[in-house]
Amino acid sequence: MALEGLKDTVLNYVTKEYLEDDSETLTYDTPLISGGIVDSFSMVSLKRFLENKYAIQIPDDKATPEAFDSVNKIATLVEEFVAKKG
Amino acid sequence: MSNIGSYDERAKNFSWQIAEKELGWKPGDVINIGWYCTDRICQQGKGSKVALYWEGHAGAEKTFTYNDIRLATNTIGAFLRGLGLKDGERICLFMDKIPELYLGFLGILKIGAIAQPLFSAFGDESLFVRLSNAETSAVITQKKHAPKVRKILEKLPHVRHIILVDHDGASPLKDREVAFSLEKAAAVERLDIHPTKAESPSVLHYTSGTTGMPKGVKHVHSSLISQYLTAKWALDLREDDIYWCTADPGWVTGTSYGIIAPFALGVTQGVMDAGFSAEAWYKFIEKRRVTMWYSAPTAIRSLMKAGDEIVKKFDLSSLRHLASVGEPLNSEAVVWSEKVFGKPFYDTYWQTETGCIVISNYPGMEVRAGSMGKPFPGITGTVLDPVKNEPYTTHGKIGLVGLKFDWPSRMRTYWNNEEAFQKKFRNGWYITGDRSKLDADGYFWFAGRDDDIINTAGHLVSPFEVESALLEHPAVAESAVVSKPDPINLEVVKAFVALKPGFTASQDLDLDIMNFIRKKLSPLAMPQEIEFVPSLPKTRSGKIMRRILHAKEWGEEIGDTSTLEND
Repeated sequence: MALEGLKDTVLNYVTKEYLEDDSETLTYDTPLISGGIVDSFSMVSLKRFLENKYAIQIPDDKATPEAFDSVNKIATLVEEFVAKKG
Repeated sequence: MSNIGSYDERAKNFSWQIAEKELGWKPGDVINIGWYCTDRICQQGKGSKVALYWEGHAGAEKTFTYNDIRLATNTIGAFLRGLGLKDGERICLFMDKIPELYLGFLGILKIGAIAQPLFSAFGDESLFVRLSNAETSAVITQKKHAPKVRKILEKLPHVRHIILVDHDGASPLKDREVAFSLEKAAAVERLDIHPTKAESPSVLHYTSGTTGMPKGVKHVHSSLISQYLTAKWALDLREDDIYWCTADPGWVTGTSYGIIAPFALGVTQGVMDAGFSAEAWYKFIEKRRVTMWYSAPTAIRSLMKAGDEIVKKFDLSSLRHLASVGEPLNSEAVVWSEKVFGKPFYDTYWQTETGCIVISNYPGMEVRAGSMGKPFPGITGTVLDPVKNEPYTTHGKIGLVGLKFDWPSRMRTYWNNEEAFQKKFRNGWYITGDRSKLDADGYFWFAGRDDDIINTAGHLVSPFEVESALLEHPAVAESAVVSKPDPINLEVVKAFVALKPGFTASQDLDLDIMNFIRKKLSPLAMPQEIEFVPSLPKTRSGKIMRRILHAKEWGEEIGDTSTLEND
């Protein structure tokens, strides 16, 4: 699967779904979990979005707060599982 | 030697006057929590002592001495009074764990108003229900959370002011909004503290109910007496401690033991306003030299999941005492903490309605891993036969946790709902809603809830509230919400959903419903699993049988199904 636009897709999704204040802007490196934008419960829905969108399964032990802490880190994780899928 | 010394001796010779004397208070005197937590400590000559080390996102740090918090709470109190807010009015705190939350809480109490803290992750529907029920007069919030308040403002005629603590002028203030900056406001040296008495209302926390909407738990200023002494004896808080309570003041632990008790004891405490990560937490303990750490089983299990190796990267030798609250602490967590921190977590048991720890493991008393411990001295607790509503005469039987409701920090009623309050009592005992058994030595052992309430990560979620919100989703015809076991959070929310004609189950719909609930209620209430079903099990009278679905999730016996509609 082509992963073009992966980061923008995740960035747009996080902005639309989790950012309460429209005036805030996110970058690929904005801390999402440690920055309090996505909490550990909301991470479940973000994980579900990634799994649906990219047809992958991210095991719970890989879905850590550290791995979900920025768009860049999420993209790395998604790429890893997409590659495994072949 | 621990503060409590011998538990048995304390229990034998107990009187709440011990705390009253230490606080220099006697019945009939003025008692104002805001004053006790700030001015009194300064009057004891500790004005220059650090009260609060605060750390936020991206390296933000602030330090406040007791004199700083005295002035800040005066300043906030004066500002609120300047808006025309008066004693008895409800003022909501809807913020992240920023200093204004802690200081605003005490500022509200200083003017005799009632502090109504609400978890900042609440969605607009959760917020509306609670503000509407309390007929709240003002909401103190941040720019980032203001959109949720604005969304429901039209339906809240009682809200006169929305106070933004971080308004930067980038966009104009909207209807009823006013800006307040603690940093820019002129410090108020002297504030007339409202002369609240023992029974004057202080705090309104909302808790979930099984069959109705959330209930406002009304507390009073004399709650200080038991919050002070339980923090001293059960948490073993000492004057030279660096204390870290990880709870959010949107919930009762974060106010009783995250604001009131530590400040009334003149202790230095740390607050970290950042999302969870094992590394960040250990770093905070190391950097602040935390000595007393009060956390929750979900956090402890998350730390266990992060592994033992990461612990070794940090110097955690400052830790002197550890305690836990919110849900049963499993014995594995106690054993693990002894292994990696060299000391166990002491489990404490209480709830929003009790206002303070009522059953606990105490320093100096044998910790029985997995047990809730014993009643706090002066508090009578038992296990009741659920049929006779009388204490069991033999140990080992599972029944209802019952308490004699007579300690200072007990709730006084549910806000505008005395009927629900009275229903909490049976045969003179306050029923906590938890089931437990007693062993031969008087230790309580948790056995589960006695109702359908879901305890997820130590927070109670009402299935009724989630089901009501689900019905507002355009695709949902009916639903049943139950708990599902979870290795980290103890329980999580699971929803069984029957769709309306024309809708088909899909991954996208599943995610859409999850997000719908997350935004409407809160991330805690969001179903982590949705099972689409053609129909739900019902009684012949049409009542959904949650019990059957719950049993299925927990691998339990389904029990009597004679009233099942499709039998």
